[in-house]
Amino acid sequence: MMVTGTGGQGLITILQVISEAAMAEGYDVKTSELHGLSQRGGSVEVYIRFGKKVYSPLIPQGKADLIMGLEAQEALKGVYFANPKTVFLVNRNIIPIPLKKPLTEDEISNSLKKISKNVFMVPAKEICKEKLGTEVVAGTYLLSWAVIKKIIPLETSSILKALKKVIPPKHLELNIKTFELAKE
Amino acid sequence: MLMQELLDKNPGKKILLGNEAICRGALESGVQFVSTYPGTPASEIGDIFFDLTKDKNGKGLYFEFSTNEKVAMEAGMGASFSGLKTLIAMKNFGLNVCIDSLLPFVYAGTKGPTVIIVADDPSCHSSAQSEENTRPIAYLAHIPILEPSDPQECKDFVKLGFKISEQFKIPIVIRTTTRVAHQKMPVNLDKMERSDQKIAGRFVKNPRQFITLPPRVLEMKKELLEKIEKIKSFSEKSHLNKIEKSSGSSRMGIITSGISYLYSKEALAEFNISSPVLKLGFFYPLPELKIKKFLKGLKKVLVVEELEPFLEHEVERLAKESNCKLEVIGKMMIPEIGEMRPEFVFSAVAKLFGKKYHQPKNNLQISVPKRLPQLCPGCPYWSVISAVKKAVNPDEVIFGGEIGCYMLFGNPPVSMQDYLFCMGSSMGIGHGIKKATGQKLIAFIGDSSFFHSGIPALINTVFNKSNPLIIILNNETTAMTGHQPHPVSAGSETGIKIENIVRACGVKNAKTLDPAVNQEEMVETIKDFLSKDDVSVIIANHPCKFVEKK
Repeated sequence: MMVTGTGGQGLITILQVISEAAMAEGYDVKTSELHGLSQRGGSVEVYIRFGKKVYSPLIPQGKADLIMGLEAQEALKGVYFANPKTVFLVNRNIIPIPLKKPLTEDEISNSLKKISKNVFMVPAKEICKEKLGTEVVAGTYLLSWAVIKKIIPLETSSILKALKKVIPPKHLELNIKTFELAKE
Repeated sequence: MLMQELLDKNPGKKILLGNEAICRGALESGVQFVSTYPGTPASEIGDIFFDLTKDKNGKGLYFEFSTNEKVAMEAGMGASFSGLKTLIAMKNFGLNVCIDSLLPFVYAGTKGPTVIIVADDPSCHSSAQSEENTRPIAYLAHIPILEPSDPQECKDFVKLGFKISEQFKIPIVIRTTTRVAHQKMPVNLDKMERSDQKIAGRFVKNPRQFITLPPRVLEMKKELLEKIEKIKSFSEKSHLNKIEKSSGSSRMGIITSGISYLYSKEALAEFNISSPVLKLGFFYPLPELKIKKFLKGLKKVLVVEELEPFLEHEVERLAKESNCKLEVIGKMMIPEIGEMRPEFVFSAVAKLFGKKYHQPKNNLQISVPKRLPQLCPGCPYWSVISAVKKAVNPDEVIFGGEIGCYMLFGNPPVSMQDYLFCMGSSMGIGHGIKKATGQKLIAFIGDSSFFHSGIPALINTVFNKSNPLIIILNNETTAMTGHQPHPVSAGSETGIKIENIVRACGVKNAKTLDPAVNQEEMVETIKDFLSKDDVSVIIANHPCKFVEKK
């Protein structure tokens, strides 16, 4: 699977949670991430692969099972890795780019639907803001949503354990609440 | 990754980043001295040792962020010559800065085993200036190079690197690339050989080893080449260079190394092909006999290699000696520019083995807007930008850029960068332009870059009399690579003041001010200094907001 977004949206935390949960379930795991320039509000993409045996940390073109976009325009970056069966899970959140006209949610979802029928535009940002008072956990919400809907084939208990391992204690409660919220 | 996780004494598996695995490997080997200058994709190595040596965990270990990579290399040389187990880390461009010290270091050889980590960045994900491939440094310096494919190998190769260095008394380079350094996987932890005894190295005088004057230096070269022959025999027997046999009788083979090995394995699994694979852990010296043995009887060999075809050329050369009818395929199918990708290997393997591979192509009807990195909101550099824009017409001034957060000045809407090369170069090139033209010029340089390699260029503007305006952006940290400390960073006890250095270099027009607080004064000073007949320097002091928070 691939996660796209912008610097500071917590993509690496999501990567850590999924890989810890997958390892705990006995899977082989490989991931790839980028550091440095991308932290300055640029586009970020990370790749997470788990299974019986994983060689490459990069997803081969057209081979992604799941593309999670923490920002809707950035989800389009995943198209290179998509095939007609790929699930797109997109946060309904558009972060404008200076001097450029942002794409609309409809434009984005229509484009994605031409590639795969499995496009889910989820208002994670709005739900988290309304119910938890902050949108920083939108990534955790999407991740939980994907696990609960069995799009990510990992047990909810493994994800909860991984959250406890990866998230610093002061933010843990908020993330667990987010996980519970995604069940609703 | 939490420090206690990385220091876990219990055996077992932990998910580690390539760079974390390198640190763990060094700790398991009992490393005593670590020096570095930050540079992505190698930065985490320094960050980890910096954190580690803040408290009692760091007993028995010395760490420093040096002012530049050359100084880091020289510090490591001194430690090795005094018998310490030494790790030196940098990104590829850092090694360029070190070459002057590195070459005679390899001649002299080590006392304490020494491993040098060099991280390349194919596709320039975190690099400006060039898509550098460090491999040919092996030919230039006669230094062994090992290339891991994944974090487990990062750890194992560091440990083996120390062993080879100890056995042959030579420094060893471990070359990673972004997809190795920033790859994660479960890694097996082993026992740590660390001692928390106080470091007690001793330098024993030995002019034959440590003085590289002629005629002795030519003897040293001979000894080095003999050493390399011995390491070549070691490389022939090493499990790092392994032949994976095929189950059938395939007359096609694959030779590969580093990240390309993983993509090759993925491709073979994808098409369900059984083909012999020669996986090279050594780039230099190559196990030539093993390669020749592998080539014998093959009809075609695919060299799966990222960037320039150094390995391919070696294979072509060796094929002439062992299998002159062999067809060597490499760059005719695999791009030379940009990082390797699994689909490139899929396509090449499919062609070679007669399999069908339809490269999936999704056509998007809309174009995805590019999200370029920007200076953070609240970055003190914004106040420098606004002052410059108030003081001058940007069309009438040349702006010299440099490596650091401020290289983002080149992106719109700021668009204030007319040339950008390597660290320390904004002033050096600016001086040349000033000598060649009468155009107005402002050269930007960051605080860490100024200490890294700016000072000689500043002295040159005074010595050879040119009049650029230099703006030193002092945000009190090495921000771009993750806020590492430097000589005048927040909390530093050096007492060094940039303005004192600038004045000591002979600059008469120098002013230190806070552009966020004294915006008007900044604007007036820029106007005033640009009209001077000799060089002028503004030191724009305001801490990075992430430093303020600490």
